[in-house]
Amino acid sequence: MITVELTNVSRWYGNVVAVNDVTLTVRPGVTGLLGPNGAGKTTVLHMIAGLLGPSQGTVLIDGKPSFRNPDIYRTLGLVTENEGVPGFLTAWEFVLVGARLHKLPDPESAARRALDIVELGDAVNRRISTYSKGMRQRTRVAAALVHDPAVLILDEPFNGMDPRQRLHMMDLLHRMGADGRTILFSSHILEEVEQLSGVVQVIVAGRLAASGDYRHIRRLMTNRPHVFLIQSSDDRRLATVLMGQISVSAVELDPAGLQVRANDYGTFTRALSTVARHHSIRLTGVLPSDESLEDVFSYLVAQ
Amino acid sequence: MNTTIAALTFRALLGRRRVLLLLPMPALLIGLTLIAQSSPAFIDEWGPVVFAQLGLGVILPLTALVVGSSVLGLEIEDGTITHLLTKPLPRHEIIVAKLAVAWSVTTVATAVPLTAAALITGSAALAAGLVLGAAVGALAYTAGFLALSLLTRRPVAVGLVYIILWENLLTTFVAGTRILSIREQAVALSDSVAGTTWLPTHLNPVAALILAAVLTAIGILGATARLRSYSLSGETS
Repeated sequence: MITVELTNVSRWYGNVVAVNDVTLTVRPGVTGLLGPNGAGKTTVLHMIAGLLGPSQGTVLIDGKPSFRNPDIYRTLGLVTENEGVPGFLTAWEFVLVGARLHKLPDPESAARRALDIVELGDAVNRRISTYSKGMRQRTRVAAALVHDPAVLILDEPFNGMDPRQRLHMMDLLHRMGADGRTILFSSHILEEVEQLSGVVQVIVAGRLAASGDYRHIRRLMTNRPHVFLIQSSDDRRLATVLMGQISVSAVELDPAGLQVRANDYGTFTRALSTVARHHSIRLTGVLPSDESLEDVFSYLVAQ
Repeated sequence: MNTTIAALTFRALLGRRRVLLLLPMPALLIGLTLIAQSSPAFIDEWGPVVFAQLGLGVILPLTALVVGSSVLGLEIEDGTITHLLTKPLPRHEIIVAKLAVAWSVTTVATAVPLTAAALITGSAALAAGLVLGAAVGALAYTAGFLALSLLTRRPVAVGLVYIILWENLLTTFVAGTRILSIREQAVALSDSVAGTTWLPTHLNPVAALILAAVLTAIGILGATARLRSYSLSGETS
């Protein structure tokens, strides 16, 4: 059982701060690192994996620093997002080379076992240059698993996978987490994180925005103010009635309809239909306005 | 030595189109020797040009530059270096394996045509001298260019500046710069065995050997230190 610990970790490139004073602990089991693109997830993962030194703070794996310490790779496996895979090798050769470089006692059987896990089938004897994105991804996963690491770091592992591969991968990570391994994966999609991990670390603009159980994070996300665009038979009258509702914090009359800001998603959506029916106003359109993931995350940061 | 890394590097290097860059130069060297040998010109006139200036002065450093900057540089370029870095290997083990490949490929690619050219003139001693010079020079050059591929994003450009400005220009005007010229060291060592007048040298062979060893050591140590604290750059999302 190995714990990964980041204490007051910052990383900057020149004047740009990529990661800002992050303190977090990753325990055995599956942990999701959630955040929009460009939030600093990859930088955090690279620092944990010892491929990047922190500008400030400490990154410890099992109590030992990860940077300039190749020994950590005996217990750590890394699947980066889009690193190249040598296309002139077959998956079998590639994973076998990995096993040899790990100086495993029986590299052949280790490579076979790792490739069995990712189910590449007959393709293992084909050159990697002929593979699809998902197959390359699985090849990299096999290479990262070849030494049976206690800590596994994955950067956006579900990118480029089809739904079946995605399920398979989730199942694999689930099982490994249940075995007591420490698994940290990054994603910019909440649903992926939700399905896979109990613990979520949310990172936005280089800062740790939220940390803990996914249900808690989920509640924060669904309970945030929502903006709806509503069209009805009588916008002005609907506006007056809606202002009387506790769940509504602002209403704006717009040529396109009513812009309604609701404090609470659930209460408002239930109240809306009741109120409209009561005042005989016909609703012709209720549209949640498009909210980017970035908006959601920046709301979380403000909390 | 880590034979897994060496074998992988051989495959990666010889599978690249870049390796074809190594072919025209030896052909040129042998072709020129054949033409010169069959012409009425004296070997004292063209010998220094072909063996010292072209062979050890151009073909050796350029071959070493292409090979030395590729053995690790290509992996840095295409990002596959991550696979190598995330293994529990002492970093000097990686550098030594890479250097062994770069050195052997460069030595073979230069010593074979130089030997052929020397044998055309009928001198086995010249051939032996050139092989020694090429082998020692290749080691110092590739160690330096391997280190350069870790120190700069443009190892080929920096390497060319060293070859053209330092070794070919500066050394003709400022005598003191010769001690840091690998070309001078290679010529001095070749000359000590060949015993001809076609390899004009300014260095004592023992000094040349020591200087080449020092430059090689600096290259290996520099590359190892750099790889030890190598940071993945580029994508920062």
